[in-house]
Amino acid sequence: MTREAVLGSIRRGLRRGPLTDEQAAPLRARLASHPRHLRPAIAEGDRAALLLRFIANVEREFGTVSLLPSLAAVAEAVADYLASQNLPTEFVMAPHPDLQSIPWAERPMLRIREGRAEATDLIGLQHAFAGVAETGTLMLPSGPDRPTTVNLLPDTALVLLRASALVGSYEDAWDRLRAERGGAMPRNVMLVTGPSRSADIEQTLELGAHGPRRLHILLIEGG
Amino acid sequence: MHVATSPAFKSNATKAIADAGLQKALARSRPQFMARRSAAVAALPEFEALRDTARDIKNHTLAHLDFYLERFAEKVEAAGGTVHWCSTADEAREAVLRICQDAGARTVTKGKSMISEELAINDHLEANGIQPIETDLGEYIIQLRHELPSHIIAPAFHLNREDWEAQFRKSHTDLPADRVFHERRDILTEARAKLRARFLAADVGITGANFLIAETGSSVIVTNEGNGDLTQTLPRVHIALASIEKVVPTLEDCASILRVLARSATGQAMSVYTTFSTGGRRPGDSDGPEEYHVVLVDNGRSSMLGGEFQDMLRCIRCAACMNHCPVYGSVGGHAYGWVYPGPMGSVLTPALIGVDKAGHLPNASTFCGKCESVCPVRIPLPKLMRHWREREFERHLTPPGVRTNLAVWGFFARRPSLYRMATRAGAVSLGWLGRKRGRFARMPMASGWTGGRDLPAPEGDTFFARYARAQRSGRA
Ligand code: SF4
Repeated sequence: MTREAVLGSIRRGLRRGPLTDEQAAPLRARLASHPRHLRPAIAEGDRAALLLRFIANVEREFGTVSLLPSLAAVAEAVADYLASQNLPTEFVMAPHPDLQSIPWAERPMLRIREGRAEATDLIGLQHAFAGVAETGTLMLPSGPDRPTTVNLLPDTALVLLRASALVGSYEDAWDRLRAERGGAMPRNVMLVTGPSRSADIEQTLELGAHGPRRLHILLIEGG
Repeated sequence: MHVATSPAFKSNATKAIADAGLQKALARSRPQFMARRSAAVAALPEFEALRDTARDIKNHTLAHLDFYLERFAEKVEAAGGTVHWCSTADEAREAVLRICQDAGARTVTKGKSMISEELAINDHLEANGIQPIETDLGEYIIQLRHELPSHIIAPAFHLNREDWEAQFRKSHTDLPADRVFHERRDILTEARAKLRARFLAADVGITGANFLIAETGSSVIVTNEGNGDLTQTLPRVHIALASIEKVVPTLEDCASILRVLARSATGQAMSVYTTFSTGGRRPGDSDGPEEYHVVLVDNGRSSMLGGEFQDMLRCIRCAACMNHCPVYGSVGGHAYGWVYPGPMGSVLTPALIGVDKAGHLPNASTFCGKCESVCPVRIPLPKLMRHWREREFERHLTPPGVRTNLAVWGFFARRPSLYRMATRAGAVSLGWLGRKRGRFARMPMASGWTGGRDLPAPEGDTFFARYARAQRSGRA
């Protein structure tokens, strides 16, 4: 069997047989406890510091942020943003309860379809599971309420993030996910830092390669 | 199939030096790569300590590679995926082909993957009537031009804007021939539109993997364009192609290495998309692939374990070594003749295709040490190149002239006091001569190098100073 062939030649290289249970025990413990290593100072700080750092990092990576007091302010913020960019008012929305609870009816101009994105969707609204301050990164796990295509196919990506879901480091974000999912890994977890880009033509940065050209984050401070 | 031209490194290099387009590309891009990395490093005070962490994680994993791969495979299977263990390139090509055939695939989209280049997956699929389509912008044009990538993170590093426009006109014949590309953006937009249709039509998506996570059974890709994500999200079947040394134990281990990866590669603090895939579509999901396969490839890695080249298996393919290498800076990537260029290629290629074919590559070094000084996982690249030179020497594959010089160098090198005495004068005078610009435009007896490039002046006791000295002694 090829599995045994690969493992066998690894062991020949390492000049040993399979690990005994006793030898494997500390490795199993390491996997179970998944210890953290050195985390840089930019991953630490109080809530206010993390919030500022997150916004600064998103902007440095060519994303934009609207800081909003509550979910009730989202519909207006979305309408304003789309108008400011001369974009149409139709978008696809991840079927997440938080997004569904927004009083969209107050903005009848906005036409919303819920579900996965299609190639024809120009604008998508996603719900972020967490934000990581150290690099201005969004954590977007897949699931029925967060289709992956919403992150990828539209030219403009709108993402709602609650400030309460803002953490310092990647490790903090993984721990949050482990706590919510009881350790089970979603099918797909995207860590997204800024809009899509490519520097393949003459090493010169162009935004909007295959994924979204714009990334706009709606950051909700309150309930 | 791309036949390795590594044995012809010297003539490849001579051609590269005379290639005006390539030299223009190198002159434009290299300073940018270096400046971006150094700005990213300067912004993170813990960077040096994080390099130690990354090295230690990789060393720990390599010492227990069998254990972590087994845990990884268990987790993939628990998530409904399939692991295909492959010892050789042939087995891996067959595994990929079989999955594609079982899926009834006619077209396959691909994310950028160096292991796919190494295995020449595209040729094998094409030979069997399946059309592979590279979707990373750089890989896309490389595929249209039937070339190998010239850089491991910037495959089209050697091309200029004119080359892109000419190739697109030639390949996209359904578009008006007289269309104008006003700016780079127009080239990008055309490629994006062409490839969108491909993503939607593909039956299978093949990506590489920057990491495999034993804790969760995930494969991880790190990209900026989003093409890798479209590749693994839209088709019905996702194949992640990964060599065995990509595994790390936990998400925390991966997070630590990510902190040095993008900073070393492009100078970003984090790449745009770092995506963890675990199994196929779950109940209730409205998108994602139904099947998830990991093709796990050894192809020579296990024979590097436990020996002098084990350190090379830490490589995370960031390209910092080639971005900072004066030899790469002179000759570009294609001169190295195979898939992996620069210092990492000079060490890896002989291990993978044989020192008889790639024995010249470890000589493509000034031993200036820059590669090791920027490598995020602290691979002692100059030392490993030296190991190959010693092996090559032992196998008597080196032409006699070189052998004599190296023998002389070896004679001195084994006698430290004599050696220092013999080299000090050389280093001092070279340092003095080169001090104006820090580089030599010409140097006696080294015209093979200095005909097309500047030789960095030694800051201290560099290899070249030693080598030049030994040469002089040898010829006296
Ligand atoms: S050898 Fe080091 S610097 Fe070179 S690509 Fe590998 S990890 Fe990066």
